[in-house]
Amino acid sequence: MPCIRNPFAILILLLPFPASAVLGDTAASVLDDQARMKGTLRSVDNRTYVMHEITSSTGTVVREFVSPQGAVFGVAWEGQFPPDLQQLLGPYYEQAQQVQASAQQTDSQQPRRRRGPIVIDTPGLVLYETGHARNFRGQAYIPQLVPQGVQATDIH
Amino acid sequence: MRSLGILLVLGSLVLMTACGGGGGSSSGGGGNTSTITSVAASCAPSPVQSGQTSQCSATVMGTGNFSSAVTWATSAGQISASGLLTAPIIVSGSTSATVTATSAQDSTKSGTSTETVTAIAAANNVAPIIVDAGPQNLSYLSTNVPFVTITICVPGNAPPSAECQTIDHVTVDTGSSGLRIVSSVLTIALPPENDSNGNPLDECLVFADGYVWGPVATADIYVVGEKAPNVPVQVMIPTTTSPPVPSGCQNPPGGNGNEGVSVDAFGANALIGVGLFQQDCGPGCTSGAPNFYYSCPASGCNPTNVPLLQQVANPVSKFSTDNNGVLLQMASVPDGGSLTASGFLVFGIGTESNNALGSSVVYTVPDTGNNAGVFNTIFNGTNYSGSVIDSGTSAFLFLSSATSGVPPTCTSDNYLYCPTTSPDNLTAVNQGSNGQSGPTTHFSIENGVNLLNTSNTAFSTLGGPNPGAFDWGLPFFFGRDVFTAIENMGAPGGTPPYFAYNLP
Repeated sequence: MPCIRNPFAILILLLPFPASAVLGDTAASVLDDQARMKGTLRSVDNRTYVMHEITSSTGTVVREFVSPQGAVFGVAWEGQFPPDLQQLLGPYYEQAQQVQASAQQTDSQQPRRRRGPIVIDTPGLVLYETGHARNFRGQAYIPQLVPQGVQATDIH
Repeated sequence: MRSLGILLVLGSLVLMTACGGGGGSSSGGGGNTSTITSVAASCAPSPVQSGQTSQCSATVMGTGNFSSAVTWATSAGQISASGLLTAPIIVSGSTSATVTATSAQDSTKSGTSTETVTAIAAANNVAPIIVDAGPQNLSYLSTNVPFVTITICVPGNAPPSAECQTIDHVTVDTGSSGLRIVSSVLTIALPPENDSNGNPLDECLVFADGYVWGPVATADIYVVGEKAPNVPVQVMIPTTTSPPVPSGCQNPPGGNGNEGVSVDAFGANALIGVGLFQQDCGPGCTSGAPNFYYSCPASGCNPTNVPLLQQVANPVSKFSTDNNGVLLQMASVPDGGSLTASGFLVFGIGTESNNALGSSVVYTVPDTGNNAGVFNTIFNGTNYSGSVIDSGTSAFLFLSSATSGVPPTCTSDNYLYCPTTSPDNLTAVNQGSNGQSGPTTHFSIENGVNLLNTSNTAFSTLGGPNPGAFDWGLPFFFGRDVFTAIENMGAPGGTPPYFAYNLP
């Protein structure tokens, strides 16, 4: 279910040239993701940001949100299989691990275990992922890089 | 003397009468006054099984051109405007529901019928469920996990046999498909499954917050009187056991890593996925070799395609009868929680007298695509498309505190809600892909930190965030019937896969 907000301009790009797209990186990195995911790319410019949507060969959709300054400020994904999040999130994958590890230490008083979505809400990184049989979805963004006027709910 | 009129009204006719009658207390243009002399009520079938329906009807007697319309009420369960009683949920013994029909014309005239409600009786398709502290020697208190006991055998054997093993504390999961067993629990040697090249077949199953890894094996599965022969299952192995976890089997960012390494890590001895699908992966793993099934020769594991019949299968779909889905019926749990809770896993939908769909509303979900298995929840006027009903989730997980109308997360635990007014009573409307919206669904959230700071293991009011979506976890199951219908198996009420549930 592709959601296109304010599709002032829709560019269809099918250019397989390489770079390296991770969260926080430059727009050029988007195309590397496309190549790696063997996916098709669709780009939507809605003036406050450009959204690049990559559909992988397994059907998983990854959307990368690029600011006017050229930074990938957010990513979102959905599909039967989660994408390679280690690649997509870059250093923020490790940061998410560290946030959770310290949270678990804080929670060590609580003798319970939980099973459910990942929810990370820190000043430097917001990340959600939820998943069930044949359905994964998530989003991650860097609050400082989000352009003015863009809502967190736009990154989906 | 006016003649005495008697009108026997089936509940279903009452609405029509009420609509046409206008509700006036006098009638007949000549100014004759009509009166109601008595109202009597009765329901059939009687007694009625917990969660099932009984059609009530009223006999209204009066004089003149009186209205036969009645309004219905019940002391327990739910009754519709047309007199269809949905019996309250009980899981042992019997209880009663007093049904009252009140004359629409004269509210001082009413009749009652006391309906006996009986718990689901022991049967071949009924497995008892317990929510308790969890498997033996668990180092923490289990929270809202429903467990059943199953028996597995090396294919071709039947219990009692040394080639069979009974396993308790098996998690019932409507959110996945397939049986997965912690390897250290196994005392029998299940034959491993090989791929088409004769190499061992292994599987990586990713959850929201972790993954499990290990070989596919074959077992005969017995649950009460049902048998599923030659079912591909997964044996979950520790990371240190060969074959090693391949790099494509990835921990979600901030996840718990390999959750199948031990009973303690998994929180159960095994998990039986009785969800919407016949296989855990399905057509997505028959081509394109995603990071799911792996061919594991001695040289290392690589993603591989697996035909549907060799994929880890929903055991229910492999039963010879009662194989189109399941009903979970869990007892009500009061605010604050309870030490334990019990209920039933009933196999089949509409296949026996104990698993009728009754008044449950069907919410169909897509079978394939990126919205497979999810439906729409409308909350505070906004649509959220990623909803599931999942007994393997321990709380109502929905939205985030940033979304208006949702309780704040707890300051000491941002995975739980801590409403300022407790309980925080909320409502939502669910909508299947068939476009059918159900009645308003009610749910309540209490302070999660306070709840978990008790010795209780069952909670009907535990909630936490799940940004942008609703995951109706085990709290949702307490006090209602919840059905999951399996794809391509045929079921009453709609085209599977679907969820269905009753009671508000």
